Amino acid sequence: MSFKRVVVTGLGSVTPIGNTVAEMWQNLLAGVSGAGPISHFDHSKHKVHFACEVKNYNPSDYFEKKEIRKLDPSVQFAKVAARECMADSGLDLDKVDRDKIGVIISSGIGGLASFEDEIGDFYASESRVPRFSPNFVPKILCNIASGHVSIDFGLRGPNFGAISACASSANAIGTAYDMIRIGRATAMVVGGTEAAITPGSIGGFGVMRALSTNNDEYQTASRAFSGSRDGFVMGEGSGCLLIEDLNHAIKRGAKIYAEIIGYGASSDSYHLTAPHPEGAGAILAMQNAIDEAGINPSDIDYINAHGTSTPMGDLCEIKAIKKVFGEHAYNLNISSTKTMTGHLLGASGALESIISVKAIQNNIVPPTINHREDDLDPNIDYKMKFTFNKAQERKIDIALSNSFGFGGQNACLVFKRYAE
Amino acid sequence: MSTAEVEEKVKAIIVEKLGVEESEVTREASFTNDLGADSLDTVELIMEFEKAFGTEIPEDKAESITTVGEAIDFLTANAK
Repeated sequence: MSFKRVVVTGLGSVTPIGNTVAEMWQNLLAGVSGAGPISHFDHSKHKVHFACEVKNYNPSDYFEKKEIRKLDPSVQFAKVAARECMADSGLDLDKVDRDKIGVIISSGIGGLASFEDEIGDFYASESRVPRFSPNFVPKILCNIASGHVSIDFGLRGPNFGAISACASSANAIGTAYDMIRIGRATAMVVGGTEAAITPGSIGGFGVMRALSTNNDEYQTASRAFSGSRDGFVMGEGSGCLLIEDLNHAIKRGAKIYAEIIGYGASSDSYHLTAPHPEGAGAILAMQNAIDEAGINPSDIDYINAHGTSTPMGDLCEIKAIKKVFGEHAYNLNISSTKTMTGHLLGASGALESIISVKAIQNNIVPPTINHREDDLDPNIDYKMKFTFNKAQERKIDIALSNSFGFGGQNACLVFKRYAE
Repeated sequence: MSTAEVEEKVKAIIVEKLGVEESEVTREASFTNDLGADSLDTVELIMEFEKAFGTEIPEDKAESITTVGEAIDFLTANAK
């Protein structure tokens, strides 16, 4: 059996720096930070007072009033991103076999805001009589965004979520890519969604010291690869891609953004939340993706790093990159776009896949913002090209997107400029 | 509470929860057939009625409330 080639033919996103792909990309290149004071809940007693929230988002611009209260924000973001993605793809739903088109849109945490609201009400009530909304369960499940999107577009192919915390949507893309390669599906709507700027999430990630507490300099707090980095900045939003069997795409005359040529997944098998000190799992995932792509490490021009801006995470990723790429680690460009978008957890892999695809399309590396020249980490080799503060033009034929999740779960994807 | 008061309150809840026009909410209108409610919506409506009228609607009774008029009649007789 020969594998089918898989291409990206549609993009959609809702992010803290823009509610369409075009706006997000423009702001990325301009180095705009999405961070601001938290508006979603009263954070006065929390240690962290800022996050990267989606802005200028009004649910009634997209949904009927009756629908809105049945949709957790995480599901709303996915539906909006999927809508943009499908429109962008130009797929005519009446002309394709929708039994062979599926959806894998992941969420790391699911409908956390809805969960916290209703559980909070339950425990706050004196009677403790369970009065949960019949929408409670369908609002909180991690797989439910995929269900919604399948209904929105009548897609009857494989449908589920792939859950691996911050690697979730990278695994979603990788899994869907496999399905198309072996012919189980002709196209898949893939991506991730997250809306976890909630008291439980900010409190929970905060107490693990995973979040930056740099409240005074919140706009520059997400500073991957800089010396004074002190944790990630929580983001929210969704990214969706339509990926498709190349022949299917050609037959319908689709515009092709890029080809997916490799997927590598691995486990640190070391610690639930701390990265392996030598980046063993990250090395394995990158190596697997490169091997599957059938390329040499030196063929990679750009790495969209996981780069969350945690002290350990960034260091281990750099070690892993040096191990995999050797001398070429100094030639390729690396950037952490989380310095602008914040960390979209389960949606980050999909958003950063979109960014990698746009980087190839435009031959521009988006920057790692918030770096000061004197803010250095003695353990980081600054001869590497971290693309600090300014986007950089560069011919990019092949890009690697890294995603590493709690649980020691790693997923890497390789995208290539499409050529016949 | 008078029938008119119950009717006004019931209709307001239905308009709010099902996102329908008030003119559609006639006594004869069925929640599922005429007002576009699915099974989860009907459960939610019953819960809203219970909350708004401070009464409990037993499950077997709830199943027999399928139209606006049936809801108004039950709640007129049982509202606290």
